[in-house]
Amino acid sequence: MATTIYDQDVQNYPVHPEHPANPDQLSIIDCDIHNVDGYQSPATEVWVDYMPSAWKDYHLSIAGRRRSGSNCPRAVPFAARNDAFPPEGPPGSHLGFMQEQLLDTWEMDYGILNPLSPAGGQQNLEYGAAIAQAVNEWQIAEWLEKDERLRASLTVAYEDADLAVAEIERLGDHPGFVQLMFMARTMEPLGRRKYWKIYEAAVDYDLPIGIHFGGTGIGPITGAGKAAHYIQDHGGMPMAFQAQVTSYVYEGVFERFPDLKIVLIEGGFGWVVPLMWRMDSWYRKLKMEVPYLKRLPSEYIRDHFWLTTQPVEEPSNPAHFEQMLAHMDMDDKLMFATDYPHWDFDSPDQALRNISDRKVKKQIMAENARELYDLD
Amino acid sequence: MTADFTGLGRAVIDCDIHNVVTSLETLVPYLEDHWVAYIRESHFRGPGANDYPGGAPTSARKGTRPANGPPGSDLELTQKQVIDPWNVEVGILTCGYWVQSVHNEDLAASLATAVNQWQIDHWLEKDARLRASLVVPSQNPILAAREIERFGDHPGFVQVILPVRSYSLYGKSEYNPMYAAAVKHDLAIGIHFGGASSLPPTPVGWPSTYIEECADMAQIFQAQVLSLISEGAFARFPKLRVVLIESGFVWMPAWMWRMDKEWKGLRRDTPWVVRPPSDYVREHIRITLQPMDSPINSEHLLQMIGQLDSDEILMFSTDYPHWHFDGPDDAIPKGLSDSLLEKILRENARAFYGL
Repeated sequence: MATTIYDQDVQNYPVHPEHPANPDQLSIIDCDIHNVDGYQSPATEVWVDYMPSAWKDYHLSIAGRRRSGSNCPRAVPFAARNDAFPPEGPPGSHLGFMQEQLLDTWEMDYGILNPLSPAGGQQNLEYGAAIAQAVNEWQIAEWLEKDERLRASLTVAYEDADLAVAEIERLGDHPGFVQLMFMARTMEPLGRRKYWKIYEAAVDYDLPIGIHFGGTGIGPITGAGKAAHYIQDHGGMPMAFQAQVTSYVYEGVFERFPDLKIVLIEGGFGWVVPLMWRMDSWYRKLKMEVPYLKRLPSEYIRDHFWLTTQPVEEPSNPAHFEQMLAHMDMDDKLMFATDYPHWDFDSPDQALRNISDRKVKKQIMAENARELYDLD
Repeated sequence: MTADFTGLGRAVIDCDIHNVVTSLETLVPYLEDHWVAYIRESHFRGPGANDYPGGAPTSARKGTRPANGPPGSDLELTQKQVIDPWNVEVGILTCGYWVQSVHNEDLAASLATAVNQWQIDHWLEKDARLRASLVVPSQNPILAAREIERFGDHPGFVQVILPVRSYSLYGKSEYNPMYAAAVKHDLAIGIHFGGASSLPPTPVGWPSTYIEECADMAQIFQAQVLSLISEGAFARFPKLRVVLIESGFVWMPAWMWRMDKEWKGLRRDTPWVVRPPSDYVREHIRITLQPMDSPINSEHLLQMIGQLDSDEILMFSTDYPHWHFDGPDDAIPKGLSDSLLEKILRENARAFYGL
C-alpha cells in the first residue's frame, strides 16, 4: 500500500495556521463567498423581511417546504467551518463577522457574494421569483451598500426565462451585481432552448452566468441512481458541471450568443482537460449531428468558460498539477475562491501551493476576476 | 472496411469485441414455449437501449455489416476483419444485449440465459481464441446470481457484463448476491458504455443529442467508480475485479484526485474505506483502451497515462465493430515504452482475466 499524501498533509498543514496575512503579497479577490446558505425555517430566512408583501404570507404558511434534491446530511451544520458561526444568524450571514474573519484577515481587494437561495429550485415559479427579488433587495441594502469591497450575484428564478428576464431588467444595471446566479443542478441541461431568453438578456446587460455547486435537479444526482453518502453527493457535483458544459457547447449556444460568458463556481477544474479531449474526439466522429458548430468544442470552452478554483484538485505529485494547467491552457480563466464559510474552505495561503509560476498565481488570485468583473 | 485496419504486427489481447445478437429470432430456439408465444403475440422485438443508433458513424466501421444482420453479428466476418489481422491471441467478447432494459424481470432472465447459451454455441465453441461476457438481469441481483451459477463454471466466460447506465449504483449492497456469485466463480465485472435505465443520464436531466449523451457517459462511469468504493463493494468483496469497458480513461487521473480530496474531508462517513479511493482504483479497476479520447498533442496523452500512476490499468481493445480509430497508427498512444506497450497489449489483460 502506497504512503498516502495525507500523511504528508499532517506535517505540511499547520492545524491552526497563523496567517501573517497574505504571505505571497499577491492581491486577492475571493470569487465565492456565501451570505445565504442553509435552512432553519421560513421565518428565519435572512431575506424574509424583503419578501414582496403579496408573497410573504404564502412563504410563511405553506411555501417554506422544499423539494429535496439530496438527503445526505452535509457532514456538519450548514456545511460550515466550526469557527464560522457568527454571534447571530447562520454562518456567512453576518457582515461584520465575515469582514473580520475573511476580507480583513486576508486583506482581500474584493469579494463576490453568491447567495445560495432556494429561488431557482421552486416548482411554484412565481414564488421562486419572489424569493429572488427578496434576496436581491436584501443584498443591496445589507451588503452592497455597506462594504464597497463587495459585489454580488443576481439571484434569478432561472427555470422560467420570462421571470428571470424580468428580474434582470429590474436590477441588471445596478453596479453591485456582476453576474447571474444559477445552481449547477437544473431541470434541463442549460444549453436547451428554454433558457435562451435569459442568455439574451445576460448579454444585453453584460452579466456572466454564474453557475454554482448545488441545486435540486430533476432526477438522481448520478446517471445511475441515488447517491448514498455525502461524498457521492458532493463528489457528484462535478458531473453536473460537466453535463452543463457539454450541453452549452453541443447545443451551439455560443454560436447563437458569441458574447456569452459562463463562470463555473465550486466545480473544481481537474475534469476540464479530459472533458475537452473527449468532446473534441466525439465531435470529430459525430459532427453530422451538430452541424451548426464551427469550431472544436475545446475552443468554445477556452473562450467562454471561467472557473473558480475551490475545491482545488490536489494530485499527490505536484508535477501532475502543472501538467494539468498546461493541458488546460486556461490560465486566464481560473479565479481564486475560498467558499467561505463552508467546511471545505480553500485557504489563500495553502490552496494553490502547486502553482510555482508567480505570474500565473497572480492572475488566478485576483487579476482574472478583476478583468472579468471590471473591478478596479 | 478501411484497407489499413490491419493490426499492429504483434499479438494482442483484445478486451472489447462485440458479438451482436442478430434479432430476437436468433434466440427463439433457446427460449421456453411460453416466452415464444408471448413474443409472437406481442410482437416484442427484444431489449432496446438504442445506445448505438444504427446510422451513427461511431456505431460501426464502414464495411463491417455482414450480408445478413447487424455489424458484429457474424463470427466469420469478425475473424476475418479483426481476430486474424490484429493477431488476437485472446478476444474478450462483450455482448451488449441489455436485458436490463426489459422491465419484465422473468423475461429478462430468460433472455439472458438464451443469449449466454447462444454465445457458447455460436462463438465460444467455434473459436478457441474467444472468451465471453455473461449477460445477466442485474436489475434483479438474485436472478443475476442464478444466471451466474448456471454458467459460471463454463471456462469460456471470464466476466459478467453490466451497462453503466443502471437503475441503481453498482456499489449498493443490493448487488451482494450477484457479486458473491461472480467472486465465487472467479468472474470479473465488466461495466460497459450504454444501457437504458429510464433515468436521465445526467444530474441535470436529459440531453438533446446523441453526441452529448456519449460525452456525458464518462460521468456515469465516474459515479459508478465512486459508488463501488464509497458504498463498500470492495470492502465486502476484496476479490472483486472490475473493468470499465469503452469508458475512456483520460478522465480517471483527475477523478482520482477529486475522490481522494473528498475522502480526505469526508472519510468519517464511510469508515470501511480505509485507504484513499485511488488505491482502490489501482488495485481493483482496469480500463479498456478505446475510445482513447486523445488530444492532438500526443505528448499530453502520454502525460495523462503517466498521471494514472500505474502501468497496470489499461488493457488493449479495438471495440470492433465500433469506430473510434482508423488503423494501427491511431490504435495505441504514440511514444509508449515497449514494456508499457506490452503490458497494455497483453500482460495486463492476461493477469486480470487469469488467461
